[in-house]
Amino acid sequence: MSMSTQVTAGAGAVNQTTGRRGRAPLSEGARAERRLGWTLCAPAVIVMIAVTAYPVGYAIWLSLERYNLELPQDIKFVGLSNYAAVLSSPYWWQALWVTVLITVVSVSVTLVLGMMLALVMHRTLFGRGTVRTAALIPYGIVTVAAAYGWYYAWTPGQGYLSALFNYSAPLTSQYRAIGVIILAEIWKTTPFMGLLLLAGLSLVPEDLQRAAKVDGATTWQRFWKITVPLMKPAILVALLFRTLDSFRIFDNIFILTQGNNGTESVSILGWDNLFNALNLGIGSTIAILIFICVVIIAFVFIKGFGTAAPGTDLERR
Amino acid sequence: MAAVTTTPRQKAGWGAANFVVIALALIPVLWMVSLSFKTPAAILDPSFIPAHWTWGNYTQILKTSQFVRPLVNSIGIGLISTFIAVVLASMAAYAVARLRFPGKALLVGMALLIAMFPLIALVTPLFSIERALGLFNTWPGLIIPYVAFGLPLGIYTLSAFFREIPWELEKAAKVDGATPFQAFVKVIAPLAAPGMVTTSILVFLACWNEFLMAISFTSTIAARTAPASLAYLSGSSQFTVPTGPIAAAAVVITIPIIIFVLFFQRRIVAGLTSGAVKG
Repeated sequence: MSMSTQVTAGAGAVNQTTGRRGRAPLSEGARAERRLGWTLCAPAVIVMIAVTAYPVGYAIWLSLERYNLELPQDIKFVGLSNYAAVLSSPYWWQALWVTVLITVVSVSVTLVLGMMLALVMHRTLFGRGTVRTAALIPYGIVTVAAAYGWYYAWTPGQGYLSALFNYSAPLTSQYRAIGVIILAEIWKTTPFMGLLLLAGLSLVPEDLQRAAKVDGATTWQRFWKITVPLMKPAILVALLFRTLDSFRIFDNIFILTQGNNGTESVSILGWDNLFNALNLGIGSTIAILIFICVVIIAFVFIKGFGTAAPGTDLERR
Repeated sequence: MAAVTTTPRQKAGWGAANFVVIALALIPVLWMVSLSFKTPAAILDPSFIPAHWTWGNYTQILKTSQFVRPLVNSIGIGLISTFIAVVLASMAAYAVARLRFPGKALLVGMALLIAMFPLIALVTPLFSIERALGLFNTWPGLIIPYVAFGLPLGIYTLSAFFREIPWELEKAAKVDGATPFQAFVKVIAPLAAPGMVTTSILVFLACWNEFLMAISFTSTIAARTAPASLAYLSGSSQFTVPTGPIAAAAVVITIPIIIFVLFFQRRIVAGLTSGAVKG
């Protein structure tokens, strides 16, 4: 939906240009600069539109059709009835609840741990390079590879973590399995959060900290009254990124539980409908609903919390 | 910073913090390494350190095309996607960082939107489109979407780097009669090389890591990438759990990342912290 407004905005911008050209003719240099700008951006824009905008439009169309690959002769336009089917299905609401639960818990814990990690990476007295190198490993590691590590670690009889916790099998019950999924998410994404916060942390002026210290502020007070307020933009952007990223969780669940025992996220549900049920219509409907959720999350962050969209910094220049 | 005196207690405190970070980051990785060296009999022993060490799991996976071919696919698809994405992104990032033209805000907004896009929403229609175009289960079938998703990351990171470049040099080149394009190729591109290396690493890691599209747009080892092949190594045998080979395969696909991180830690941190968030 927001994609289509973007496109209209683009058309508006083009009209504006011609209007402006009519009013005040651009210098030869400015016109060359503008042409070069468009030329340099064109290939990137074409690829991005071809791979995203067009398929989203196609997905909207598919979501309005009855389209099961197993029944190719039975393709029919059915209006909004796919949406009615998905929205009245307990599977969708269950998957949405699981996804929201995973997102909220893992993002909040990651924020706290990421902040601690950022402080260590920023302030530690020695071994800063070693700490940063170690922290980058969970960030860089292939999620699927790490997920297998967690899977075996929690398998009774094979895993050290399972053995540590009295040979428990957490992956076989719903909430404990979700706990393991959240743990895997936190381990993988805390470094990314930490690095984004580190960028914000390095913008907090050292003088201010020292002045507050002279005035008798404790470390704790300085953290809450100086560091956090000054880092607010960085924190909100990091939260926005992490929330949207966590909402589309797929890899960890796919390996750890395959979505069994009530651990399906919305992405897993959509994938199941496409590749196991081969139902393009329902699969697309779920895809569009996930897209709408993501737009709502982004909107709440940008309007509600006043997060500067990460692009605004670029736009100003 | 230099004026701050450090007591031994502070030193010990930060030392402990460092230790906790390093331990938490490495223990799950070491667990995988340990599993990969366990003999099939010892797999059912939950101890952290193998009682008997064996290379058997590695020789087994490196003999089967079920893993070697996907590994080759991963490297090829990753390198080609990274190359195309970084070339296209550096052109666009140069324009974003340097030129004045209408539609710039739109480009940045679009890149942002794609960076945050729920991938599954694209998998369904792209699956259908790729089947129609004959791109399903081919290298280009993965390279094209990987380029598209590498572009936002590339444009953000590179435009942050490009803003740090001393642009007076470009002006000087223009005064000397270079066209804007010549100024770009001859003066700026060499200065931009470090940023481009960093961006390439980040984009390559993203491609190397990608799983959802890799399992959705491939059906055989003709195009399946290494992370996707892992999932299939496990699915193939229900009765003999191939824990050791999967662990060995996971370690093999983790090695390039560890190498990148060891050699380019400073650059990766700079790239990640400069791109998206600047206050």
